[in-house]
Amino acid sequence: MNNALVQLEQVAFKYEGQEKNAVDYVSFDIYEGEWLAIVGHNGSGKSTLAKLLNGLLFPQSGRITVQGQPLTEETVWDVRGQIGMVFQNPDNQFVGTTVQDDVAFGLENAGIAREEMLVRVEDALKRVNMEQFLNQEPHHLSGGQKQRVAIAGVLALRPRVIILDESTSMLDPKGREEVLVTVRELMKERGVTVLSITHDLEEASRADRMIVMNQGSVYSEGTPREIFQLEEELVKLGLDIPFSIKMSTLLQERGVSLSQTHLTDEELVNDLCRLISRM
Amino acid sequence: MMDKMIFGRYVPAESPMHRLDPRAKLLMVFIFVFIIFLANNIATYVVIGAFTLLILNMSKIPAGFLIGGLRPVFYLILFTFFLHLFFTKEGDLLFKWNFIEVYENGLRQGIFISLRFAFLILITSILTLTTTPISITDGLETLFNPLKKWKLPVHELALMMSISLRFIPTLMEETDKIMKAQAARGTEFSTGPIKNRIKAIVPLLIPLFVSSFKRAEELATAMESRGYRGGEGRTKYRLLKWESKDTILLAAIMVLTVLLLLLRS
Repeated sequence: MNNALVQLEQVAFKYEGQEKNAVDYVSFDIYEGEWLAIVGHNGSGKSTLAKLLNGLLFPQSGRITVQGQPLTEETVWDVRGQIGMVFQNPDNQFVGTTVQDDVAFGLENAGIAREEMLVRVEDALKRVNMEQFLNQEPHHLSGGQKQRVAIAGVLALRPRVIILDESTSMLDPKGREEVLVTVRELMKERGVTVLSITHDLEEASRADRMIVMNQGSVYSEGTPREIFQLEEELVKLGLDIPFSIKMSTLLQERGVSLSQTHLTDEELVNDLCRLISRM
Repeated sequence: MMDKMIFGRYVPAESPMHRLDPRAKLLMVFIFVFIIFLANNIATYVVIGAFTLLILNMSKIPAGFLIGGLRPVFYLILFTFFLHLFFTKEGDLLFKWNFIEVYENGLRQGIFISLRFAFLILITSILTLTTTPISITDGLETLFNPLKKWKLPVHELALMMSISLRFIPTLMEETDKIMKAQAARGTEFSTGPIKNRIKAIVPLLIPLFVSSFKRAEELATAMESRGYRGGEGRTKYRLLKWESKDTILLAAIMVLTVLLLLLRS
């Protein structure tokens, strides 16, 4: 767990024509095999950060290293092979005309032999439970299914890190659940490292570690449980606290004796049941 | 209204036409487009009509679907027919009513030109209906590959084409959505004078344009992030296989050409 896969050192980036840095001297590490969530409201610089990590933008100062290799214009194609990215809009990242073509797109770019491609496409689609949709066209798929195909497309390239850039924000609750469950499974089976960038704290609560961004810098860092202790501060940053946490705080204020915070509805329900059975 | 459009649409099925190599189908259509102009008498039209029907039959596309989808083109064919009917003033006068005069050659031309138009539309529709857009693109890419020598960006053009094809249904859906949204805000698309209806297109097109540009930008970013850097060193996932039945199709169109050359007057 303490093996830093990606390191950011004093990274700063400013968009042209803007006065303030979108990312303001940020440093942190991403460890192998963890699920790191970066949260922040719009304009906190979290999406810029994702683009920097994928070499879609280059920092004006500071350094990003991936497995000890600095990310520069020369190494960017190597790095993109190691860091795969899933974007927000399911439609606007679907390049192929069918599911299998889309998964193969990245492999074709990497110049992988056809026989190998066939194996990898099938394997990647199996991982995300989309193997029965091989020849399906994108407009016949739901948002969640499209995002799973996008994940398969990234997965086929066997990256070390998958960045989910607001990948669930345009999905309905069912689609979101599908995607998040898939991600969890992938982490377990493949040991991929996940970086999810989101403003949805409910999604972030499933991560191993959280970084809260505000105005381009790291506001706070810790496990979801630690971060959610901040409560009021998070609300001030424009983040919406998950229902279960709000509920348990309110209950505690009313004198219901519950153990500290509840990250999921399930935890809260279990705790309440235990309380009732003791009464 | 959008559901009926069949241009550029693919109908999945298992038919002899579906199983042909896209290159063979493309060459067939390409040759067909030229040789249809060889037809100039009844015999040649019968031959070319029979060929069209044969292809149609082999594609197993339901006739109702085809006719429904081609309705907008039908009006165009009708228009061409009447244009020739009234404005070709050769041969014997067949019919006269006030200022309307119909001549023998006008009727002939009218029927021939409309038939030519109909056959062309049918054959090209069959191509798109039985071949996935991506196969067409693959076919075109391989057929045009020799032109790379003359610096024609074949790969880029093929990719552009496959992406536009991929986005047709997406943009159609979006058009439908915007239409509904604008209709809910009081825009009349299907009633009122023509002038107003044309004006009503503007609030439809502008949001569509804006979102297309946004899509294009996001797509470009996604492609770059997935390692796309032009055609160099790229491998292909799709494999085209030329089989004997493809050669037969080409032989058939050759036979048709010879027949037309022999039968034309």
